[in-house]
Amino acid sequence: MPDVRSPMAAPRSFVWTRRIVLTVLTAFALAPVFVMVVSSLKPLQDVQGPFRWFPSGFTLRPYADIWHTVPLARYFVNSLLVAGGATLCSVAVAIFAAYAVSRYDFKGRRFFSVTILSTQMFPGILFLLPLFLIFVNLGNATGIALYGSRGGLILTYLTFSLPFSIWMLAGYFDSIPKDLDEAAMVDGCGPLGALFRVVVPAAVPGIVAVCVYAFMTAWGEVLFASVMTNDTTRTLAVGLQGYATQTDVYWNQVMAASLVVSVPVVAGFLLLQRYLVAGLTAGAVK
Amino acid sequence: MTATVPPVRHSSKTPSPGGRRAAGGRAPLSRLRLPARLRRASLPYVLLLPALALELLIHLVPMVVGVVMSFKELTQFFISDWSAAPWKGLDNYRVAVDFNAPVGEDLLKSFLVTCEFTVLAVGLSWLFGTAAAILMQDAFRGRGLLRAVFLVPYALPVYAAVITWSFMFQRDTGMINHVIHDQLHLTDGRPFWLIGDNSFYALVTVSVWRQWPFAFLCLMAGLQNIPRELYEAAAMDGAGIWQQIRRITLPSLRPVNQVLVLVLFLWTFNDFNTPYVLFGRAAPDAADLISIHIYQSSFVTWNFGSGSAMSVLLLLFLLVVTVLYLLATSLRRKDA
Repeated sequence: MPDVRSPMAAPRSFVWTRRIVLTVLTAFALAPVFVMVVSSLKPLQDVQGPFRWFPSGFTLRPYADIWHTVPLARYFVNSLLVAGGATLCSVAVAIFAAYAVSRYDFKGRRFFSVTILSTQMFPGILFLLPLFLIFVNLGNATGIALYGSRGGLILTYLTFSLPFSIWMLAGYFDSIPKDLDEAAMVDGCGPLGALFRVVVPAAVPGIVAVCVYAFMTAWGEVLFASVMTNDTTRTLAVGLQGYATQTDVYWNQVMAASLVVSVPVVAGFLLLQRYLVAGLTAGAVK
Repeated sequence: MTATVPPVRHSSKTPSPGGRRAAGGRAPLSRLRLPARLRRASLPYVLLLPALALELLIHLVPMVVGVVMSFKELTQFFISDWSAAPWKGLDNYRVAVDFNAPVGEDLLKSFLVTCEFTVLAVGLSWLFGTAAAILMQDAFRGRGLLRAVFLVPYALPVYAAVITWSFMFQRDTGMINHVIHDQLHLTDGRPFWLIGDNSFYALVTVSVWRQWPFAFLCLMAGLQNIPRELYEAAAMDGAGIWQQIRRITLPSLRPVNQVLVLVLFLWTFNDFNTPYVLFGRAAPDAADLISIHIYQSSFVTWNFGSGSAMSVLLLLFLLVVTVLYLLATSLRRKDA
């Protein structure tokens, strides 16, 4: 981004303010990351005594132990299935809906957009209580086990990921010139042909951004996961609390596990952040 | 997003509408053999069908059920068949807003704590985000790296990050007390952070830490829309960099800020994840946010009717604030 503000060189007061403020913010942003990394390499007596900046002796034991103290691998797989499932479902459905909203003028279009957007402001707890009851009652009445199942959790995650995906994708589709898909239709494509041959390929950055966002929010979700899961379907969000027993908290293992579950999303996010910024700019800011 | 999209006219460009194109067989809709015009009119609804069906299932039905629940006496005895629960009329609401009785008093306290928390957390997140975005507008060495660093709190999964904060806030083994007590000698003893009154500040700290990167991200995107010529003209007129920030940057960011502040407000007010991971199921009184409070009164004391009434009240409050805010900000835009 070569957006240099002024042709004049920045004065000293500005440069110093910048250095100080950015240093403080960097320390603030990274403090937990530092604690996470360093504590995950400490032996247990180090994290149970007074805090020390560096371990008395580096050890990789916590990284081996985290898999046995709690069934972390199972939680990991559950999180992966649920977050992946929610992402796929919401993006697949959102592509069609966003195309309709972006390209067609139909009755109720504005109402649909406003409703979609306004669900974003509803507190999660508002949907959680009824969904919990519906799932339990449905299970009792028909034998369909939604409560406690991964499928049920995916469904509840759509409450936040679907509206956001539709809204952001519609914004992104708006930024793609309509001439492109109109030309494709002149060349004999149907509307769906135009969508999949022209609009979707042109919107790949936006779609990637939506996927990253939907996956991230699902991967980090706590409220629904804490109510809607059981022992076998528990996700990382709930499972990580298992390192605290009645008597002890294995802080070094908690930190090692936190780091392990963070690395995939942080790496993905930082790799794809350009898309996310572009998607946000197209979908939210304009 | 709000711009109206003109209808796509196929007919003006295809030589024989509904003729060759429909026989092409590429569009599955052509198999329905509806008249071309009807097909075109119904197409957007067909595209919306999966989304509409899901919306019905995940938003509309639960909303209706939630409102019905709020009029019922829905305790643990009726969980497995909620339709059998006796009607209570407006009782759940009456109890929730009776601020002299225990339930209403606690709800009011929790509401006030949430308001205070939201103002402080949103204000600080906005301030940090704005400062970082403006100070990083110019190119300097290491800017790309810093930008990635600032986005890390936003990318970390909530539970992993907040659990780390709860370790840092531990009284005897945490880093916070080590710094402020052992190293800087700012306090007499080792304060508790996760119980008692200090828990409020612990919660604000973690919330700001999580949210300011989002403000930074949005404002950075907003800054890219300011034309360079404005700054050049100002510089020609002799405006220094601080004046440029005050006269050009901040006013230009107003539209972004209007959306940003609203979104931050709603997220912070509804936040459940941060207090839940930081404190567990029962938050200390000083940090008893409204969503935790409702969760507590629903899933711990098993009174879903009362919990639903509280969520409906919460939603009404958010609706009113949002509408007032949108009215106020769009009025101000007309003035400008």
